[in-house]
Amino acid sequence: MKIYGVAILAACFLAGQTIGEFLGVWLSFDGNIGGVGFAMLFLIILGDWMKKKGFLNDESEQGIFYWSAMYIPVVIAMSSIQNVKVALSGGWVALLVGIIGTGLSLTLVPLLAKMGK
Amino acid sequence: MEVIEKIIDKNGFVFAFLVVGLMMYSSNWFSKKLTNNKIPGAAIAIFLGLVLAYFGGKKGISDIPIFAGMAFLGGSMMRDFAIVSTAMGASFSEIKKAGFVGILALFIGIIFTFFVGGSIGYVMGYTDAKSFTTIGAGACTFIVGPITGSAIGANSDVIAISIAIGVIKSIIVTICTPLIAKSISLDNPKTAMIFGGIIGTTSGVAAGLAATDPKLVPYGALTATFYTGLGCLLCPSVLYFITNYLL
Repeated sequence: MKIYGVAILAACFLAGQTIGEFLGVWLSFDGNIGGVGFAMLFLIILGDWMKKKGFLNDESEQGIFYWSAMYIPVVIAMSSIQNVKVALSGGWVALLVGIIGTGLSLTLVPLLAKMGK
Repeated sequence: MEVIEKIIDKNGFVFAFLVVGLMMYSSNWFSKKLTNNKIPGAAIAIFLGLVLAYFGGKKGISDIPIFAGMAFLGGSMMRDFAIVSTAMGASFSEIKKAGFVGILALFIGIIFTFFVGGSIGYVMGYTDAKSFTTIGAGACTFIVGPITGSAIGANSDVIAISIAIGVIKSIIVTICTPLIAKSISLDNPKTAMIFGGIIGTTSGVAAGLAATDPKLVPYGALTATFYTGLGCLLCPSVLYFITNYLL
């Protein structure tokens, strides 16, 4: 049943969000700290374990893969609801920091990748 | 016309699926026919989304009533749910392999970006510690910027700039990632995790990686999602204190 996969995804999502929310309260930050990251970790661990035990068949997994295929469409919708006018009228500072900051960070990627080897 | 408007108004979320589907289709067509697949359809579609957002208001296109459903489809719940699902199929042994470098990438990425961003702002006249910190945080992501800015009590115009920086970063990463992937050898899970850790802007990283090689998305997205959390943790605290001390 595909819904089993979706339910597992939902459980991991909610568990991660809960931890993120508690961390936010505990560290007195306004917001959810790493909730999505925790949820992803749970899904990797739980998914792996359930597959090994045979609790998660291909059919159920399809329920999860459907949502990962929907990721790009969701991102497209997300980009269409941003405050783009502010981004454009925010002046040269925004443009320069955005371009130079991102460009310089990108150069760090191969450097660190080499360090990893 | 009134009837159609009423139907769309009632079924905004379903209408959003149709709109995004059409956007994706036309972008793929554009990518194939006019760029010979050089610029990926996904990147064009996301860019198209931003163009559409320009015609709306504070909440982009969703401020126009018939597009209100886009706010739900592209809202934080759907975004987070969909991004978590991409973790399925990621192999844990790969993550372990990149573990230490991945964490190192996160810290270096945030601290480096923060000071580069803050310094450019400083040169351009935003010389107080609060503005430096907020602009530096905005250089991380458009979520870290405003959270940091309001946490330390920065001016609202500086906070707006920090959001703008994050949005621009996200656009650059989305569009440039597939174009520069080869030159930064972004073709394996490990480099994808480092990439996600250094760049951090989740939407940009995931979209950029999806356009490069969909298999890399979960690895980049995994470190990238921690980036926002860690950024919100470091920027208004440790990095703000350091900035205060230096300026």
